[in-house]
Parts: sequence; structure tokens; C-alpha cells
Amino acid sequence: MSAPFGQLPRWVDYGLLPFINLVVAFLVSGLVVLFIGASPLEAINYMVTGALGSGEGLGFTLYYATSFIFTGLSVAVAFHCGLFNIGGEGQVYVGGLGVALVALALDRIMPWYVTAPLAAAAGFAFGAAWALVPAWLQAKRGSHIVITTIMFNFIAASLMVYLLVNVMKQPGSMSPQTRLFESGALLPRLGFLFSPLGLDLGTAPLNVSFFLALASGFLVWVLVWRTRFGYEIRTIGANPTAAAYAGIRYGRTVVITMLISGGLAGLMALNVLLGDHGKLQIEFPSGAGFVGIAVALMGRSHPVGIVLAAILFGILYQGGAELAFWVPNITREMIVLIQGLVILFAGALEYMFRPALVRLFAPRGAAVLRPA
Amino acid sequence: MTSPTTPPAIELVGIDKRFGAVHANKSIDLSIARGTIHGIVGENGAGKSTLMSILYGFYQADAGEIRVGGAPVAITDSQAAIRAGIGMVHQHFMLVENFTVLENVMLGAEGGVLLRRGTAAARAELKRIEREYGLDIDPDAVVEELPVGLQQRVEILKALYRGAEILILDEPTGVLTPAEADHLFKILGQLRAQGKTIVLITHKLREILAVTDNVSVMRRGEMVATRKTAETSAEELAELMVGRRVLLHVEKGPAHPGPVVLSVEKLTVRDARGVTMVDGVSFDVRAGEIVGIAGVAGNGQSELLEAIAGIRRPSAGTIRVNGEALGADGRLDPARVRASGLAHVPEDRHHMGLVLSFEENENAILGYQTDPKYLKGPLLDIDAIRADARAKIERYDIRPPDCRLRTANFSGGNQQKIVLSREIERDPAVLLVGQPTRGVDIGAIEFIHKRLVALRDAGKAILLVSVELDEIRSLADRILVMFAGRIVGTPPADADEQEIGLMMAGIEAREAAE
Repeated sequence: MSAPFGQLPRWVDYGLLPFINLVVAFLVSGLVVLFIGASPLEAINYMVTGALGSGEGLGFTLYYATSFIFTGLSVAVAFHCGLFNIGGEGQVYVGGLGVALVALALDRIMPWYVTAPLAAAAGFAFGAAWALVPAWLQAKRGSHIVITTIMFNFIAASLMVYLLVNVMKQPGSMSPQTRLFESGALLPRLGFLFSPLGLDLGTAPLNVSFFLALASGFLVWVLVWRTRFGYEIRTIGANPTAAAYAGIRYGRTVVITMLISGGLAGLMALNVLLGDHGKLQIEFPSGAGFVGIAVALMGRSHPVGIVLAAILFGILYQGGAELAFWVPNITREMIVLIQGLVILFAGALEYMFRPALVRLFAPRGAAVLRPA
Repeated sequence: MTSPTTPPAIELVGIDKRFGAVHANKSIDLSIARGTIHGIVGENGAGKSTLMSILYGFYQADAGEIRVGGAPVAITDSQAAIRAGIGMVHQHFMLVENFTVLENVMLGAEGGVLLRRGTAAARAELKRIEREYGLDIDPDAVVEELPVGLQQRVEILKALYRGAEILILDEPTGVLTPAEADHLFKILGQLRAQGKTIVLITHKLREILAVTDNVSVMRRGEMVATRKTAETSAEELAELMVGRRVLLHVEKGPAHPGPVVLSVEKLTVRDARGVTMVDGVSFDVRAGEIVGIAGVAGNGQSELLEAIAGIRRPSAGTIRVNGEALGADGRLDPARVRASGLAHVPEDRHHMGLVLSFEENENAILGYQTDPKYLKGPLLDIDAIRADARAKIERYDIRPPDCRLRTANFSGGNQQKIVLSREIERDPAVLLVGQPTRGVDIGAIEFIHKRLVALRDAGKAILLVSVELDEIRSLADRILVMFAGRIVGTPPADADEQEIGLMMAGIEAREAAE
């Protein structure tokens, strides 16, 4: 992404600027909390202790973060190719279909460590397949990927409702969901890692897919910055004309990039279905695909930033739920509002304070804007 | 130059401007006398554009004072500049292409909600300006249908319509044929005779010597000298600009052409709208010669280069390298063309030749990213890439010598060297070069020209496209003139400028433009 108005020291660009954005978002949130007659200090206290103050809180925070790492990486990979993949939600949803099909087939006959890799592969493949049509339309017909991926979110939602109601529903059940997976398709939780630290994760569904998320982050870094294909992705993203000049095939690169992006989104289903729900149910992605956009924006499309931003959003999710529970004035909608403010300031208004910082740091910093 | 009775049209006192670590203007003093044409020359990055942007209100100076007609003025934005009587003709025209001349001139000065009365007033005013300055133009012509020279005239009219007493022209002749340029200078002379003051920014020393009264030279943010034009020479100005003696002419021996390496036959190229841009062009380039394609920008040279490089699909014709037809199997793409021994320095390095947000070393492999020597399996061999980039930086004296610096932070000349080093070091059989010295400073021009001649002497075939006629005439062993997509003439390399200029204008087109 372009950075207006010259360069800043890296720690300012990647550390101070997001921090300022976050502080402003919380200040505005604090004003709203004040306005409805609650105490902002009390609210932030509930939020932080709720998200980080106990083993269980931390477990939930990291569980949410795991999902957001996958969707954040998904958005980031497409970003590097100049593609705005808004279809994460649908790709997660259809990825869940792949995960669930493997789980239903193997959970009674295989141990989890056989089922999980196959389920992951299926989730990746299904998520990728769901991104294929928009990718192909973009590559060959120039149909804008933003429009087509949004449309595919709706198609995915309808498709999954149809399948869950008419095909995959457990006979005799009232709710549109599959039967419960058995132990051969349930991922081990990470309580055993935290208990030596004196932390009890309790019911928190943090599971081994957290490590898969971190590994995916590393692989995305290798892909984007250390492979020839990543070089081609970045060239197309930064300057499509130069990419054409360099003999990089646009269509092929766009399609493969979107397959990777969709696949990463599909992997998120592993965390939710095999790590927590133990079944495929309607609307299980619950917005995580969209949060991935904010996470990728805030994390500057870099895996390290994405992991940090995902944890932040994990805190907002878990802490927000606690806050809504303990402070009667603050409803679930208020939490969404606070999350929205963070997305607004850290994502959409990312560069609002940048010119000021450039003025502040420029005299000591590197060369700035050189008029032609 | 200043006399007590008439204060100078513009006086800059101690203008200082920094962009971060870059000190773009260092305490500039400049005085421009009323009713003169004042040239400002300097290399890229010398601070000319910054200075003019301050004068026109795009930037604010950190310190210093601007006086117009002796009185200090605060130029906070371009509106304030217009009020102070300063008009600017930009290098890239700021015209609404599908509006008429009149509509463009009125733009921003429409006069009321309803257009009718404003239009009538504007038409009358435009007539008066045209008569007064001899700027003949049809007010109802649609701008996009006018030749470039006339579009520029619309820009000048716009400035005069807004009451400009001082006219700044930024590189005005870059897009003009020699004849159009001559006409422009005639107009400038008339404006001067009417008492207008003209500031001419250019890097073409010949133009400075031909039309200005005084000339100021900038170097590295400083105003290093102001001379009366009659008392200076191109050599002195070049030396002042660069800070050392420069060779203004390319030294080269006679060419020793070998066998035909690149052969283009009846090549036709249409653009996306289906307009024929290259119309059945045929020519050969032999080993050990430089063939120059002269022509005004937009006559099909760009499309021709891109078609040969495999970027643009020709609709008819064949291209052969060493006798072998490119894309004989129906597939022609830049990667295959490169593999057949053809390298390409594109005309527009910012949009095509480089990815400005990349590190220098990443650009040093652009187009060659599939070469096994830069790869370890599917991974990039970062060490090999950086070592290779450092070697090229050393050999081409690219500054600053830092292969991890963002490419956008290099000057135009050094960016061009990055592209040239990448393409020349591949040891290609054919080198396509588009506008090798556009936006490049004099010192680097000398270096680039020497490299191209050395490559020719090493027996390579070079196809050079340039809109700088001087460059074509000094580098090329053979000249082809392109007009409206056709090769309209093959003047000898020592043909005089007038003759080539006529061909560049096309015979019929020239009459229409006059």
C-alpha cells in the first residue's frame, strides 16, 4: 500500500502510529461510555481483566485471535497482489464444509492427528475453490474482485443454509447443524501448556490450530518476501504495468494468489469446528472474515503485524463479552461500536495522524517527498 | 537589472525550503526584470520545480519573501498566485480534454450560476486577448482534437484570461515539434513586447540561448549564477549546472554495421480503442549500429517499442531476431522476447521500468526474476541478488550506493542507470531504448550516451526512440522519422534539423498547425 507523504522511521510507522490510532479509538469509545452514564475506567478495567486477567479469559482471547490470524493473512496475501478480497466470510463458510465432510467421514475411525491434517487440507481446498470463480472472473474478464467476492459471500450463505437444512442436518434435530463430531475429529486444547504457568484455561477452546495459524504466518512471510512467486505477486500489486513489462502473467498470478487467499480463510474453519463447536452449524464464521480485513489493514499486511492485530481483536472480542456481561448499561451493540471505532481509526483513518508525525520526525528522519 | 524607477516583476529574497533532510532551496535570491524572458536551468533535483511551486503557491517557503512589483505578497495557494498576476503553464497540461477551448478557459471563472452571460463575456474577452497577442485559435474547438502545440496555447490563454502579468512555463517544448517550438517562442516574444514577464524553465540549453534575455542556474538547491544570455555559452551553463566540465557532444567513431539482427516487417499495432498506432512499419537494425526513431511524442513510437518487446500484441506483421520470428507459435510475451536475446529500456521508467516502492536490488532483477542464478528452487537467492545489485551499482556509479534503498528515493538519473544496468548487463543481441535521458541530469546523460555507444561498438544492435531530436542526431547512425504511425523519412544522420523537423511534422499536418 502506498504511504503518503514520505518515509518515517520504521518504529514510528509500525509501532507509534498504530498505537496512537488505538489510543484515539479508545478515547472516543470512552466518551461514548461516559455518555451512556457508565465509567470509562471501570469499563476498560472489565475489558482488560476479562480478556487477559485469567487463564480462561486469555484462552478465549487467543482462540479468537487464531481465527483472525487466518482471515487476516488471507486478506493480506491478496492485498499484496493489489486484490481486495472481501470474500473471506464466504470462503471460511465453504471451507467449513470441507472440514466438516472430512470430520464426519473419519471421526469414528481415525485419531485426531490423522483427521486434522486431512480436514485442514479440505478446508483449504474448499476455501480456495470458493475464491476461484471471482479470481477467474477478475483475471480473464476484469470483473472487479470486490464486487464478485461480496456476491460470493451471499451465495455461500445461501448454499450452506440449503445444505445444512436439507442435506447435512441430523435427522430428528430441530437446528440446522450436523451431528456432533466424535473424539477422532476434535483438536486437543492447550490447557496442558498453560497449567505449568499456573493458568487454568477452563472451558476456553484454545487449541492446536493456534500453532497452525502461527506457522501459516511464517509461510506467508516466506511466500511473499522470499519466493519468486511472491516477488511476482508484489510486482503486480505495486505496479501492474511494470509486471507486464517484466513478463509476469497477470491472470495466472491473480488466480493462484486468490486460491492461496481463499485457502487461508478456509483454514479458519478448523479452529472453530474441530477446536470449539464440534459440529458444522449455520453462520459459524460470525463475521470473522470481515474482521480479517481490519486485522490485515492494522497489521500492514505483514504477518507479525497481523498476529499482533489479531490478538488485539481477540482482546476486544473476549473483553467486550465480559464487559457486556458485567455492566448492564453496556450492551452487546456497544461492544460492536467500540470494535467499529477501532476499525475506523486503525483501518480506515490509518493515515490521519501520519502527516503530523512526518512533520515531527522529518527533520531527523530520512529523505521526504522530493518534488520532480 | 533593477532600476530605481521600475521595480522588478518578481523578486525572491532568501527563499528557503526543506523537505526533511533534503534542503531543496537554500536561501535563494532572484530578481526578474519586467518585460523580459528569464530562463532557469538546472539538473533534476536542483530545486527549480520547488522554487516555482513556491512562487505558484503549491508549497510554502520556510523562510524568505516574495515581492511582486516591489510589494511583498503572501502566496498561500494558487488562487493567491493568480491574484498576484502569476500564471503557470504546466509541463503536463491541465485541460479538460472533451471541453471546448472556451470552456477550458472559463473553467474556475465561470461568473455566476447560469453560464450564458459568463460565456458571452468570456468569448469577448478571449477575442480581445487573441487579437492583442496574436494567439490565433478557434474558441469552439474541442481540446482533444487540437494538436499538442495548440493545446499548449490554450494553457497560455487560460493564464492570460486570468490576468497573468507573469507567466511561468515549465519545460514547455518537451511535447512540441521543432516548428511548434519555434512558434511558441514567437508567441513568447510577442508577450514580452506587450510587457509581460516570462519565466522559462527548461533543460534545453539551446532554447535558453535562443529566446531568453537572462538566465539563472541552479545547482543542489542553490542559485549559483545569473548571466545575461548574450554573454554566456552552452558550455559555461552546463559547467555551472553540473559543477564540472561536461561533454555536450557524444564522441563516437563511425559505425561498422554487421548482419541484420532485428528485422521488423509490415508491423501494424492498434491500441485498445482500435485506432491504428503503427501502420505497416518495416525496417532492419544491424549489429553494431544505432538506429534512431525520431518523431513527436504520440506518433506510434511507444506502441512500436512495446510491440517489439512483446508487451503489446501487433495485429499484423513479423518481428525477427537473428532471423527467427518472434511469437511464431502465436504466443508473444515479454518473457519469451527476452529469452530470444532482446532487452528493453522502456520509455517510462516510473510506470514500466521500475517498481518504485521496491528496494533497488529487487528492481535489478525485474524481468529476469526467473533466471536460475537469482533463485534457489522456488526461493529467491537474496544473497546472489544483492551481490549482483551491488556489482551493478559499482559499475554504473549509481548513487547512493545502497542496494536496499527504496527505488523512489533515487534521483531520475540514478533510476535510469538502474534500468540501463539491468538491461545492458544481460549482454543482449538487441537493445530497445526509449527516451534514455528523459528527466535525467546532464552528468548522467553523458554517462548513458557513452554506454550506449560502447554497446554499439561491442557489436550490438540498438533501436533508439527519443523525442529529443538532438539526442537522435548525436547518437544514431541511421535515422527513421515516424509520423502518424508510419515511417515518413530516412534522413541521413547528418541531415540538418530543419529537414528532420519538417518530416516530424508531416507535410499536411504542418500546414494545419500553422
